[in-house]
Amino acid sequence: MINKKVNSVQKALKGIESGMTLMLGGFGLCGIPENAISELVRLGVSGLTCISNNAGVDDFGLGLLLQNHQIKKMIASYVGENKEFERQMLSGELEVQLTPQGTLAECCRAAKVGIPAFYTPAGYGTEVAEGKEVRDFNGKPHILEEAYKADFSLIKAWKGDEAGNIIFKATARNFNLPMCGAAKINVVEVEELVPIGTLSPNEIHVPGVFVQRIFEGKDYKKPIEQLTVSES
Amino acid sequence: MLSKDQIAQRIAQEIEDGFYVNLGIGIPTLVANHIPNNISVAFHSENGLLGMGPFPTKGNEDADLINAGKQTITTLPGASFFDSSTSFGMIRGQHIDLTVLGAMEVAENGDIANWKIPGKLVKGMGGAMDLVASAKRIIVAMMHTNRKGESKLLDHCSLPLTGVRCVQKVVTNLGVFQVTRNGFLMTEIAPEVTIEEVRKSTLGKLTIANDLKEVILH
Repeated sequence: MINKKVNSVQKALKGIESGMTLMLGGFGLCGIPENAISELVRLGVSGLTCISNNAGVDDFGLGLLLQNHQIKKMIASYVGENKEFERQMLSGELEVQLTPQGTLAECCRAAKVGIPAFYTPAGYGTEVAEGKEVRDFNGKPHILEEAYKADFSLIKAWKGDEAGNIIFKATARNFNLPMCGAAKINVVEVEELVPIGTLSPNEIHVPGVFVQRIFEGKDYKKPIEQLTVSES
Repeated sequence: MLSKDQIAQRIAQEIEDGFYVNLGIGIPTLVANHIPNNISVAFHSENGLLGMGPFPTKGNEDADLINAGKQTITTLPGASFFDSSTSFGMIRGQHIDLTVLGAMEVAENGDIANWKIPGKLVKGMGGAMDLVASAKRIIVAMMHTNRKGESKLLDHCSLPLTGVRCVQKVVTNLGVFQVTRNGFLMTEIAPEVTIEEVRKSTLGKLTIANDLKEVILH
């Protein structure tokens, strides 16, 4: 089987340059590619367009890239919880393209599966539809949305094998699955990387064909954004 | 007049056995506390979970298991996880039976505005536009007036829209309102509220059902 393993995050992110478009998996801070984000900070690449459902918090996730002024444009569905983001958006330093969450997911999936554009009812009649083609299907208006084009996707999974087959845990699957395979180069970091043949083919969430590079990440912090507990 | 929790309690009566339900943030979240024990309902969290359970007990929280409000949660027996594209496929494909969400404004034709106030910081629509554009059934849970005392049931929304002609029912602290071709039809009125008070607080076209009932909470 073809081996996709690389030994370090540095090798995994080789080729990322300023001005590129990146997809980053995760929902809030759940399932974000922590190791890849740290490496982007270290590399200092700037002028990035980041496609990600959220923009992290002030001191974690994409917030780290914002602090460093590495992001030029953000494509996201919800960007609360981040003061520096607010400041840069209001001052015009940061361009923000707010996109309905289901459309965001589908624009990634479409890119992954070779569909250049699709019609969706989401956003019809709102400012999201401005400048977009409208067409009726079954008596209901839909707007045309185009698949994203990205240079790299940065994916976080729970387990993976060296063939690039990956498995997610719980709700950390979120945008990681539709993004994995949607960019020219798809980089996966996993908490546990196992040899080829260790994982059952029945368990795989994303087949290795969608992955170019896989590595075992380290020092996962996995912060909880809203800790809520019940009494009993 | 109904409290926020009583609004949620009234909406819970709309949920039928076997429903898959998506609850938005705010008053809608409270609906889950009022589901009768004798019906089976599965709650959908759009970040990738069907069969959402209550918050975990202290020490059992898992950073990989959250709801769409980014809160730590648990799963119930029979739950399933999936990705965001599949999750919105469930919504767009009308596999989710009921969506309950909050709003800043609802118009008499069913338009809804709940994501953006011009001049104020915009955080984004999240999944709201997908939900309102596709859900089979949408109920809005909100207070009848805003903090300034202005009606949130309008002839036209003044704020940027989230979706057009999509709301079927609104439950507020003053009563239950169906969105009809003829504007808002009040079918139930909250205890200790007069029709005159409702009229004064409603800017959109309002008619009163011939068989108007008082909201009953059980």
